[in-house]
Amino acid sequence: MKIHKYDTVIVGAGGAGMRAAIEATKRSRTAVLTKLYPTRSHTGAAQGGMAAALANVEEDNWEWHTFDTIKGGDYLVDQDAAEILAKEAIDAVLDLEKMGLPFNRTPDGTIDQRRFGGHSRNHGEAPVRRSCYAADRTGHMILQTLYQNCVKEGVEFFNEFYVLDQLIVEEDGVKKSAGVVAYELATGEIHVFQAKSVIYASGGTGKFFKVTSNAHTLTGDGQAACYRRGLPLEDMEFFQFHPTGIWRMGILLTEGARGEGGILRNKDGERFMEKYAPVMKDLASRDVVSRSIYTEIREGRGCGPEGDHVYLDLTHLPPEQLDAKLPDITEFARTYLGIEPYTDPIPIQPTAHYAMGGIPTNVEGEVLSDNTTVVPGLYAAGEVACVSVHGANRLGTNSLLDINVFGRRAGIAAAEYSAKADYVELPENPAELVVSLVEQLRDSTGTERVADIRKELQETMDANVMVFRTEQTIKTAVEKIAELRARYKNVSVQDKGRRFNTDLLEAIELGNLLDLAEVMAVSALARKESRGGHYREDYPNRDDVNFMRHTMAYREVADDGKDSIRLDYKPVVQTRYQPMERKY
Amino acid sequence: MATPTMDKVEAEAAASDHLITVTFRIRRFNPEISADAVWEDFQLEIDPKERVLDGLHKIKWDLDGTLTFRRSCAHGICGSDAMRINGKNRLACKTLIKDINPAKPITVEPIKGLTVLKDLVVDMDPFFQAYRDVMPFLVTSGNEPTRERLQTAEDRERFDDTTKCILCAACTSSCPVFWNDGQYFGPAAIVNAHRFIFDSRDEAGEQRLEILNDKDGVWRCRTTFNCTDACPRGIEVTKAIQEVKRALITRRF
Repeated sequence: MKIHKYDTVIVGAGGAGMRAAIEATKRSRTAVLTKLYPTRSHTGAAQGGMAAALANVEEDNWEWHTFDTIKGGDYLVDQDAAEILAKEAIDAVLDLEKMGLPFNRTPDGTIDQRRFGGHSRNHGEAPVRRSCYAADRTGHMILQTLYQNCVKEGVEFFNEFYVLDQLIVEEDGVKKSAGVVAYELATGEIHVFQAKSVIYASGGTGKFFKVTSNAHTLTGDGQAACYRRGLPLEDMEFFQFHPTGIWRMGILLTEGARGEGGILRNKDGERFMEKYAPVMKDLASRDVVSRSIYTEIREGRGCGPEGDHVYLDLTHLPPEQLDAKLPDITEFARTYLGIEPYTDPIPIQPTAHYAMGGIPTNVEGEVLSDNTTVVPGLYAAGEVACVSVHGANRLGTNSLLDINVFGRRAGIAAAEYSAKADYVELPENPAELVVSLVEQLRDSTGTERVADIRKELQETMDANVMVFRTEQTIKTAVEKIAELRARYKNVSVQDKGRRFNTDLLEAIELGNLLDLAEVMAVSALARKESRGGHYREDYPNRDDVNFMRHTMAYREVADDGKDSIRLDYKPVVQTRYQPMERKY
Repeated sequence: MATPTMDKVEAEAAASDHLITVTFRIRRFNPEISADAVWEDFQLEIDPKERVLDGLHKIKWDLDGTLTFRRSCAHGICGSDAMRINGKNRLACKTLIKDINPAKPITVEPIKGLTVLKDLVVDMDPFFQAYRDVMPFLVTSGNEPTRERLQTAEDRERFDDTTKCILCAACTSSCPVFWNDGQYFGPAAIVNAHRFIFDSRDEAGEQRLEILNDKDGVWRCRTTFNCTDACPRGIEVTKAIQEVKRALITRRF
């Protein structure tokens, strides 16, 4: 075991982590621990753009953006946070441009903007061009630009270090962060990082679904590390299903395709979104479009021999426009489906995409241990966190924005805290939990296999807690997850070595997914209403009287070692927008 | 049943008659066990429309958990899974089984020129060091403008091709010069220098050109086009290198 000491430790090197690292490195001695090499993060898979009311191509302002974000989140958004997001969006985009990001340009040479789902002029009048973009590889450009600037600032990375435990110490009745424990993939060695402040920026949990746009590595490691140490997880029942994943594969095809004029069609060639969202049509918010697609499929208007998908039609758009604005997604269609998007529509289905919930934070990125109490020295930003700017449903282009605005805020806040705080003394034997976890899995002779349990988890999540949910399906999922968690105790790995043991890490990641899937299902069961990405067929309406509140899920451990989930609730921050019925 | 996804499971079962049997012939190396690398064959059933990465996962998940490789996004964006497949550098997640003659054994090896650490995992540090050495970031002087810097669509287009790089190392590790001399910057570093040299907003083009004028710089390139063939992003890598050479001669860029 090695012990390191840094002012600030950042967990994760995607957009939020690197944006935080650029700020934190200027102000404090900072280390970034990342389980992948920095440019491998799934930020790079984001395509369509980053929202900011620059008003470069038409009238726009941050107040309209704030409203759209709150409405898009079905009023579960904390409105003070949404206002910060929309206001700081403008500088966030301009900062990236100054760092070198190659945005597409208008004829005037300013940053070009395009339409995106849920973003509107004057509180819902018509779609507005608010998404700043670089073809359909905006996330790639953000990731590369941030890494380039990390190189420029001399950010110190520990590549292929898996953070598996968050050290929490209670001092005078206050829970404080003392550091993290990491596993080095190359050697199998365990490292303790003592740090005055820790920022989680480790991304989402999308791999507990089968059809997902998420990378294999998105296994909720940060959420699980905090949750296991008694910190709550907020709004975990809210998961976004992106309408246009490649059929069966789940690979993302950007909403920018519809922003450029692409149309969703059923087997009769009908533009069905006109029925469900007369104003915004194909550019309604993602939860609305995903439900509409599945409604078409269930009512027998799906495409293909099994009627299990619909089409994204780009054939009416000029090939030059597709080449210039959507080069990557058209190539995906060619590579993975053998389809030419110039002439043929692309089969798509909704794909698990984004966790709105996560580690609760305030607008400075400080992690909360209950509804109001800050954990000194602990921060989170990006998909791992829940500020909550996305509420019950995130708008497209607001996540690339979120990682930049709140990554920056967390980086500054954490480094400033490091400058004035002392180290919290490490607990006795700080690596204990990780050592026993690793040893147990490596030495296990159990008969269960990681791949089997993971496959069953993904199948039950897809079947039972996806776009449509009922009490019965969620209960089925809860029972199945409990069974899988029991079987997981008997899991073993074949690779017993220390060097690059990805077999072992996949087993640990599965443990994280199982814990988080359970939190999601239990939170969803208790929310007896429909709101944003959480749609209950048995409670099809939003219920502001009983459920205009954030879910807070805590892990409780009984004396006999058995764990359970305790649910609590937190009020939503409302400033100037009264909840209204959501229509597009 | 809530979300109508179970249909898919049935559809997959129905599609099982499309499965074919293929042999993966994989270069294995684990210094914890043996100092020598060996070839190992695995037979599996797979849909020919699946990716080589799917095949590697089937092996790891069902047959041999010790098989080790890097991967993340699984659709050609993150750059983790460059490997040598049937003798050519490709991304395993962007190569479909049907496109590489599954009638014969499919050979899978680590990319060349970088130290193999275990199975298909190589030491990427020298590759990233070469990248860092070319100043891969925008350099400007003077006060920053309040709004964005202006750039015409034509000026933006000038370096578009080289912004696509995902740092997978497929190009650099396909280069015979790099195989023989690891000191050579390699195509990927030059591509990333090109991305800034030809960016109208940047002011450090001369410095980058001097770095690449070094004995281990662009002049080592023998224009074999392996890099262009290998690039999974379709970047015209050799052309970019030629443009950097020309800029060095003319000092115009």
